[in-house]
Amino acid sequence: MRPERLSFMGHARDLHKGSILPTCPRLHLVFPSDELAVRKALKSSMAGLAHMDMSADEKGTVELVLAEVLNNVVEHAYGGAGQGVIELDVSRDDDILVFDVLDDGLPMPDGETPAGRPLDLDTCAEQDLPEGGFGWFLIRELTQDLTYRRDGNRNHLSFKMRLGDKYRPN
Amino acid sequence: MQLDYHDTANVRTITVHEDRVDAAVAITFKDKMRDLCEDGPDRVILDLSQVMFIDSSGLGAVVASMKQASGKALELAGLSPTVLKVFRLTRMDSVFVIHESAAAALGGGLANAS
Repeated sequence: MRPERLSFMGHARDLHKGSILPTCPRLHLVFPSDELAVRKALKSSMAGLAHMDMSADEKGTVELVLAEVLNNVVEHAYGGAGQGVIELDVSRDDDILVFDVLDDGLPMPDGETPAGRPLDLDTCAEQDLPEGGFGWFLIRELTQDLTYRRDGNRNHLSFKMRLGDKYRPN
Repeated sequence: MQLDYHDTANVRTITVHEDRVDAAVAITFKDKMRDLCEDGPDRVILDLSQVMFIDSSGLGAVVASMKQASGKALELAGLSPTVLKVFRLTRMDSVFVIHESAAAALGGGLANAS
């Protein structure tokens, strides 16, 4: 079923498909900044990457990183208002996946990606356990070459993920 | 977000009938867990065997569920490899008792799969 298009959304939903093909090694998605649209974008991304013969573990890791990055944009850059647009671009460089995420939301605090820390097991009583703040830790742990730029009114986050030996392009 | 439960004499098993516990459902999940942990036995097994994907928001909701069920033991069962990986990376696998399956949790006492 075709979702209703709202005036501010432009052509985001029309572009909501794509795949990384040997002839066109690029996946480009544009979608609205809400959590269900992120779910769909993750599904499209994983479908677009399906032929890359990643292991189940690698697929899970890519999907997790994308979920963290895209939901951060929804919640923080756009403040959960659901009225922004997110652009995701995935390209392939041999056994490395290169990701670019763009949005027109608020800049990162202090112009930098937040530090991510794992759970401090020495000081944590059950009631003090954190219920959030793991996103950036996971992103930093699972990606390489994470960079953030503010270009005018745009946020531009880029990072890479190296696939294992099992990678075989078809 | 569909959760249901089954009680035996001293254990409540809550089963998550969703393949994702993510940012889109984290708040609903947490609220439903609060309702389901309000009464019933003091030992609660959360059966995640149908969940194939969890993100940090979903993880936070599971942690919140444990905290709000204060006084009750919340244990986890049936984590898929991808879900278990998120618990391991964030070290939350050391906070929860994690069972291979709900059946193992009920039959085998406290065997920790991690």
